[in-house]
Amino acid sequence: MAQVEAQDHGLHGHAAATHAATHAEGQQHPIKLYLVVWGWLFILSACSYAVDYFGVHGYLRWALILIFMMLKAGLIVAVFMHMAWERLALSYAIIVPPLVILVFVAIMVVESRYTEITRVLSFGAGP
Amino acid sequence: MAETTLGHADHTAPRPPGLRGFVADWSSDQRAFKGVSWGKAMMWIFLLSDTFIFGCFLLSYMTARMSTVVPWPNPSEVFALHLFGQDVPLILIAIMTFVLISSSGTMAMAVNFGYRRDRRKTAILMLLTAALGATFVGMQAFEWTKLISEGVRPWENPWGAAQFGSTFFMITGFHGTHVTIGVIFLLIVARKVWRGDYETGARGFFTSRRGQYESVEIMGLYWHFVDLVWVFIFAFFYLW
Repeated sequence: MAQVEAQDHGLHGHAAATHAATHAEGQQHPIKLYLVVWGWLFILSACSYAVDYFGVHGYLRWALILIFMMLKAGLIVAVFMHMAWERLALSYAIIVPPLVILVFVAIMVVESRYTEITRVLSFGAGP
Repeated sequence: MAETTLGHADHTAPRPPGLRGFVADWSSDQRAFKGVSWGKAMMWIFLLSDTFIFGCFLLSYMTARMSTVVPWPNPSEVFALHLFGQDVPLILIAIMTFVLISSSGTMAMAVNFGYRRDRRKTAILMLLTAALGATFVGMQAFEWTKLISEGVRPWENPWGAAQFGSTFFMITGFHGTHVTIGVIFLLIVARKVWRGDYETGARGFFTSRRGQYESVEIMGLYWHFVDLVWVFIFAFFYLW
């Protein structure tokens, strides 16, 4: 989510400029911006596919997958869904609650480790 | 019923910068989301609830995969296709990803041309988006057919942990349903754009409110969300 914040700040200056220039209704941004973001989404998708294609393994694989995923998600939310130009009251209401899922993830990691240990101890099978 | 309070809100409401502005908006009377129409706010809140649904699906997948003592099937091999005399790993999924990203790009352009009141280009771009979405669903149907013919079932599969099938069918099935609903939604809004409903402010069939080009943007929010969910499914289910 740090990426979303970073983009938020980077795009604010641009938003102010276009708003003053066009003065039209709704969200008005130059077509070029969408094409650039589109291009980046293609590049990032190709990168994450390359991670699998070249068989990168271990922590490097997981780190790369997560980085490319967060960058893509940040670009889609910030530019395509126009979150970078919305008021903070809406942005925080939508972006902060999903972060609480991370707490749920932590709880379930502990739970599934416990289940795995129980299975190994009770049934003897295992890695 | 005053149209001004429910329709397109004014963007001129003064606001202190940063966190103070956030607190001022949330602690103010009557409405927290100033400058945001009810339609857009409701779509965002719906998408938030959908985020929790997909979040729970991915969490249950994580729990199943972490707690099983049977090896998990390697998705890189399971989803490989035999092309040009060799096995290319995950190629169908990669193509599906590019198709969905392209549809998100055309949707963003459609929203842009909608606000420019270019009816023709908006409708054509929306139909293109719908076509790409339908292509995605078609490829997913192909993928399901291939896996089912190879013996993957929600309760078993030939390669390892039985939970692989159930999580795969549940997560991709639910996502595919979202794409299908999105395609139908796109066709309905594209027809309205083509007819010029948003130019004349014709009343809609469901809420009987006057149509605006913001409907295209709200439609776009849903479509981009479908793409967003795929980003997470691609990372966690197919690449992990």
